[in-house]
Amino acid sequence: MNKFDVIVVGGGHAGCEAAAAAARTGAKTALITHKINTIGEMSCNPAIGGLGKGHLVREIDALDGLMARVIDKAGIQFRMLNASKGPAVQGPRAQADRDLYKKYMLEALQEQDNLIIIEKAVEGLIIDDKEIKGVVSAEGEKYFAKAVVLTTGTFLNGIMFTGHKTTIGGRVNDVSCKGITSYLKDAGLSVGRLKTGTPARLNGKTIKWDILDEQEGDKKPIPFSFLTKELPQPQIKCYITHTNETTHKIIRDNFSKCALFSGLITGVGPRYCPSIEDKLVKFADKTSHQIFLEPEGYDTDVVYPNGISTSLPADVQDEFIHTIKGLEDVEILRYAYAIEYDFVDPRELNHCLATKKVKGLYLAGQINGTTGYEEAAAQGCLAGINAGLYSQDKDEFYTDRSESYIGVMVDDLITKGVDEPYRVFTSRAEYRLSLRADNADMRLTERGYKIGCVSEKRYGVFKAKKEAIEKYSQLTKDIKISKMEIEEYNLPLKKDSPKHTLFELMGNSDVSRETIEKIIPEFATIDDAVYEQIAIESKYSGYMKRQSIDIEVFKKDEMVKIFPDIDYSKIGGLSREVVSKLDKARPSTIGEASRISGITPAAIIAILGYMKNAK
Amino acid sequence: MDNKTIYALSTVYGKSGVAVIRISGNEVKNIISQITYLDIKKIKPRYAYFIDLKNNVTRETIDKCLILYFNAPHSFTGEDVLEIQCHGSKAVLNSVFKLLSGFENVRLAEAGEFSKRAFHNNKMDLTEAEGLADLIDAETSEQQKYAIKQMSGNLKNLYYSWRESLVKILSYLEAYIDFPDEEIPDNLSESILNTVFKVREEIEKHLEGNNVNERLKNGFRIVVAGAANAGKSSLINALTKNNTMIVSDIAGTTRDAVDISLDIKGYPVIITDTAGIRNADNEIEKQGIEIALNKIKEADAVLALYDASVGDFDNTLLPNDVEKVFYVANKADKLSEEQKERIKQSNHILISAKYQNGINILVDELVSFIKEKFTPSSGNLITRQRYREALKDCLDNLNRFSLNKEIELSAEDIRLACRSLGSITGLVKVDEILDNIFSSFCIGK
Repeated sequence: MNKFDVIVVGGGHAGCEAAAAAARTGAKTALITHKINTIGEMSCNPAIGGLGKGHLVREIDALDGLMARVIDKAGIQFRMLNASKGPAVQGPRAQADRDLYKKYMLEALQEQDNLIIIEKAVEGLIIDDKEIKGVVSAEGEKYFAKAVVLTTGTFLNGIMFTGHKTTIGGRVNDVSCKGITSYLKDAGLSVGRLKTGTPARLNGKTIKWDILDEQEGDKKPIPFSFLTKELPQPQIKCYITHTNETTHKIIRDNFSKCALFSGLITGVGPRYCPSIEDKLVKFADKTSHQIFLEPEGYDTDVVYPNGISTSLPADVQDEFIHTIKGLEDVEILRYAYAIEYDFVDPRELNHCLATKKVKGLYLAGQINGTTGYEEAAAQGCLAGINAGLYSQDKDEFYTDRSESYIGVMVDDLITKGVDEPYRVFTSRAEYRLSLRADNADMRLTERGYKIGCVSEKRYGVFKAKKEAIEKYSQLTKDIKISKMEIEEYNLPLKKDSPKHTLFELMGNSDVSRETIEKIIPEFATIDDAVYEQIAIESKYSGYMKRQSIDIEVFKKDEMVKIFPDIDYSKIGGLSREVVSKLDKARPSTIGEASRISGITPAAIIAILGYMKNAK
Repeated sequence: MDNKTIYALSTVYGKSGVAVIRISGNEVKNIISQITYLDIKKIKPRYAYFIDLKNNVTRETIDKCLILYFNAPHSFTGEDVLEIQCHGSKAVLNSVFKLLSGFENVRLAEAGEFSKRAFHNNKMDLTEAEGLADLIDAETSEQQKYAIKQMSGNLKNLYYSWRESLVKILSYLEAYIDFPDEEIPDNLSESILNTVFKVREEIEKHLEGNNVNERLKNGFRIVVAGAANAGKSSLINALTKNNTMIVSDIAGTTRDAVDISLDIKGYPVIITDTAGIRNADNEIEKQGIEIALNKIKEADAVLALYDASVGDFDNTLLPNDVEKVFYVANKADKLSEEQKERIKQSNHILISAKYQNGINILVDELVSFIKEKFTPSSGNLITRQRYREALKDCLDNLNRFSLNKEIELSAEDIRLACRSLGSITGLVKVDEILDNIFSSFCIGK
């Protein structure tokens, strides 16, 4: 009983989604983790979502993944970020109860058909003639599968730093994985080091909450999942405090003791998640930095101080944390640490997250140089789907930059590589107005259903919504607004210009839904989500027209697949430099090739010409 | 790239008698009906028509030419194609380009674009593709050379200052969007608005004022540079034939740059005298030298003057990116015949400022340079047209910009403006914006 279609190694956010996704496609799947107890663990901040990240969670949900449904159950404070800005840049975010999140994630995995969970530490890979065959546990047991997804996070040769003190392990109180990296290197994959960190944890009972600023959740919380109808749970508060000049002086006086500045850490850390010492160096004139105090759950006193991750030694952490308002008498439950780990250059991967050098081997999450639960989960979802399809000899599933943030992220990773842990931002998406958190289902659910990874239940909900949107959207475009109506409802339309339609009014923030319902009473009965989609379509219509032309052109290049076994050195007119760049990246489409730096229009024409002739 | 109708000159630009302009895309029929008197319904594909090419607005006749129409998909791109065979003069081509770019959804083709369309429509085979690839490579590297050549000095600074401004604004807007919980100062909107206004105004002004006309109005800038005591003031005196400047033998008399307007054979010229460039240790003189170096960088041409009785011109005195240098050997009166002969062979212009010898030769050289430079050459013409289109597009997007709409739409306007400008100055990449955000604001919870 150790033969599977797909084996997923690792039970973090990437691993959970990968295992569930592979199983959804119908593949017999095993999730192997060294500790069932830490499945779905939030190793850093107790929150899911945000700008770009919330978009990813919705996309995972649109493909019937787990993260959105689990956070909807385990969330303890929900906020729609940028609620005052337009729909394309709103991102759902929630604080999570860490234990509930793990619990519901494990339940979701246990309920999944075709999926079993095995508690074993994987230390080796079975690779035969550039093809994956399975994995080997620390005890030497072999598990066989046609496809393997590695989601090892920070565990590959993980080393933790607290000041100059180093501990081996992939997470606090956990082991590291030494074996797998050497198998990857032997297979010819290029491996590097990256760094990240996590702040201290505090005892909430010893924080002076009453003197701090509160941050509440939304009055009307909005769920992540398209299937969640309501969020009945009570919402907690977060709090905000700040560092001050005394804090800064203590940190500055101890710069020499931190692992980061002493040269002990060689990996590169993320710029958008700087340690407090980084912030002091880069913004020396700022006298104060903001810290969010985030409770880790309903039944725990553990508090996560968001904004002061550090690699300073424990005694210095003790000293500086106690200078912060509200934390004067705080008990520190665990000290901050920085962690360095192995990652694989993501240019080794194709757009399905399969390695180009080992057939059937997929990588997802931090092992690909990304950071964040959502980034990991989204990759897990894509890799899991493709591993499942591959193991059943089905066609691959590919989503591009014009369709999803998953597509943007994967394309960035595989064409540009990373020089710091990669995080998604809405600014990375050139078609941002189309890639919204609110329409992730419209973008992906149909496609997911076609490849068999979306349940009938979800597809039914989606289809009903889609048909309603189409019907009512057409209706608003057919309904003309008369002069009389403009006067009667005091509508912001010019009376003398030719026929206005109801559609124009839908996106106007000065026109309320009540007014619309007066003009067309039928609209009182339609679903909020349906109404919202038509309103957004109207609001962005001018920009969308232009964007859809751009997308059409983009798609043309994206649709031209490059032969997987193309020999670039045989193409006349390509310089040696261009050949070596193309050989390293092995792009799968003409569009991908054109985004590699140094690839000229002439090179693209030459490739096109070569392929045409070869057909 | 988009699916607009594209046009390009298919023949080599120069003094040839006939030039061929190709147009490909959906607008071709519309263009035919607007710029000829032909009835589009009756026109036969692949037949040559001898026509009067007219301006669709003023109805003026631009040229008498032959046109050929190929209907889709029976053309080399697979789209509707119009081939115009007109006279090859610069004036005619300039007018035709201007005419075409005036149509909506019509623009100059990018490198390789005709071929790419041909490929997408299954119209190209291997040999053609490879041949074209070579051609495009040559074309782009030539264009790059031209672009760089043309963009030295003022123009480059101008375009890059716009790019920098837009990148800054965009990173502010993106920071507001992507980091809502962070401490981003909320007083940036004024700076954003001011910058957009400023860039908009500058682009407008730039588009209005054709470069050559600008120069004709304000004068071509010529800077006299050289070591102290090389005789710069004497040379300018000789050129003006008027003792407006102090001439003395003490090194370092002229500290600041001084402008003099002259009329040289009908061309307005501004001659600038600079401080003698040398390794100065006196503070005021250092400033003078700084000014001089800046003037040299901005100049259309530099007269590198040296005292030939002492030695050769010291090239380390000039910055690297000077547009054009004339080496002028002064004090011919102090030289032996042998020395004079050697200087003439090195193509330096030999003069004696003091006795006003050789000044005519210098003036002739200057005039022919000015003439050549400001009559557009092939590369210039094409690049200029490309720039104009990119800048117009950039301006359109900036005109749509306001802060009174959703911030993602304001950002979209600036993104598109950046994209247009980026086609001249190099694309603005996301990483550049992110770099800017992370170095301007302390981000990171």
